Amino acid sequence: MIPMHYIPNTKDIEKEILQAIGVEKFEDLIKNIPDKFLQKCRIKLPESLSELEATKKIGRMAGQNLDTDSMVSFLGGGSYDHFIPAAVDFLIGRSEFYTAYTPYQPEVAQGTLQSIYEYQSMICHLMDMDVANASMYDGATALAEAAIMAVNKTRRNKVLVSELINANSRKVLETYLQTKDIEIQYLPELAGVTDLRKLDALLDDQTAALLIQSPNFFGNIEDLNGIAEKLHANKSLLILSVNPVALALLKTPGELDADIAVAEGQTLGIHQSFGGPYLGIFTAKKDLIRSMPGRIVGETVDIDGKRGYVLVLQTREQHIRREKATSNICSNQGLMALAATIYLALVGKAGLKQVAKLSLSNAHYLAEKIAALPNFSMAFEKAPFFNEFVIETPVPAEIIVKAALEEQFFAGVDLGKFNEKWKNRLLIAVTEKRSQQEMDDFINFLSKF
Amino acid sequence: MNVPENLKYTNDHEWALVEEDVATVGITEYAAGELGDVVYVELPEVGATAAKGDSIGTIEAVKTVADIYSPLSGEIIEVNGALNDNSELINHDPFGEGWIVKIKLSDLSELSELLNHEDYKKLI
Repeated sequence: MIPMHYIPNTKDIEKEILQAIGVEKFEDLIKNIPDKFLQKCRIKLPESLSELEATKKIGRMAGQNLDTDSMVSFLGGGSYDHFIPAAVDFLIGRSEFYTAYTPYQPEVAQGTLQSIYEYQSMICHLMDMDVANASMYDGATALAEAAIMAVNKTRRNKVLVSELINANSRKVLETYLQTKDIEIQYLPELAGVTDLRKLDALLDDQTAALLIQSPNFFGNIEDLNGIAEKLHANKSLLILSVNPVALALLKTPGELDADIAVAEGQTLGIHQSFGGPYLGIFTAKKDLIRSMPGRIVGETVDIDGKRGYVLVLQTREQHIRREKATSNICSNQGLMALAATIYLALVGKAGLKQVAKLSLSNAHYLAEKIAALPNFSMAFEKAPFFNEFVIETPVPAEIIVKAALEEQFFAGVDLGKFNEKWKNRLLIAVTEKRSQQEMDDFINFLSKF
Repeated sequence: MNVPENLKYTNDHEWALVEEDVATVGITEYAAGELGDVVYVELPEVGATAAKGDSIGTIEAVKTVADIYSPLSGEIIEVNGALNDNSELINHDPFGEGWIVKIKLSDLSELSELLNHEDYKKLI
């Protein structure tokens, strides 16, 4: 083996290690694996490169990626191209924050705890809910944890799930629930929204909760007035998944009397990236706090009466309750929660409203213009939407998405990827970042189809 | 350590006061002492049924959470609502005001499986 800068062991060290273990060569350590399996593992790698050569090669490969800095993006479906003030990245990049993980020796990390406490306070305010945890991996895992929490709390084993929950979140939910004895029953779609008329017939004494998302996967706003009342009369919980930016304009989970409200927090100052890191926002009513997964920071006073922060309700967590813990989540998405906190502090109430209003008016401008094109139409004429909508395309959406790349557009999400019968549907998201010129250029591009 | 003679006990440190087919259930003074200050009690719902050994709720102390195991099978007919506001009753008066639930027993033969005060004293 050629010594490399990024492999710390030298030949001599390797020899010393093998000697200490009492074997001659590395292969002796794996000789209990039958040779026929080892043969399959042997990969023919090219000659090794120097660090300079490797950097050049990988840099060139990475350069082939397209991103939202060089493209005009109408991509959504759970992740949105909002503007991120430079201060967010600068501040979370400070070494005091950047290297810190979720606090395991919490009380010595007062700064970290305070930032999480501020995060929880802002999130409660935004969602209009009583309590928030210190965050979870992403919106999808927060949703799955919410379903499990409802099942544990109600001691029932069925959840009703809207078909218009984000398609990727649904997959995560199904993965989480498959090892538990929890049945999923889907509520179907009707004209772009969840067919809630079916709710009464599906509710029974085993229904732990209804899981619904608004704006839904198609971007449409669900009419949830009176839904919580129906669920509560059946002792079932309402679990609502929302877009935090939309809350600046729409009814909050609190106003809709949701018991648990979750969200993907990427829209709050976090970059779009494949696979994350994203941010799982998790909130609930106060009387559910002891059933809530994850970490929670509280404020208290020390022996001299000075303000201090602590991790509270740890008795629910794994390091104390072991296999009986409320959840196997003993962590939080610390850095991303901090990014959201800084973003919210920077833009403030008025700023968030402005982001939401601009996104909404841009989206409605674009939707009207596209619907006016001879070969395009809105997939759902009547459903109200926030900043995302579905159009019917004259050719498969896949073709439009590919052609758009040549013109420096990310045209949107091809819904055919999720369902064959949606192959002529394109999901388009618009944020405050889109200028009138960019939208008019995009309409001009679409008009060629 | 106080271990009243008129009560039955379990290995999990619950006690039961059996009057006809109704058992009043709580945790022992020894258990309350081991847990420390109780800060919250999660009670079952009235009307729920429990088999002997089922977890029917939890007791949260400052440093830990313990399950409450039903010492006998039956239906929960009453819960001690006073614990919602005064969970420390479990520390102050574990055999009296700190009772947790009343169970209407479905199988009186299970009574013979419980410990008497002398056996329980040996256990602790």
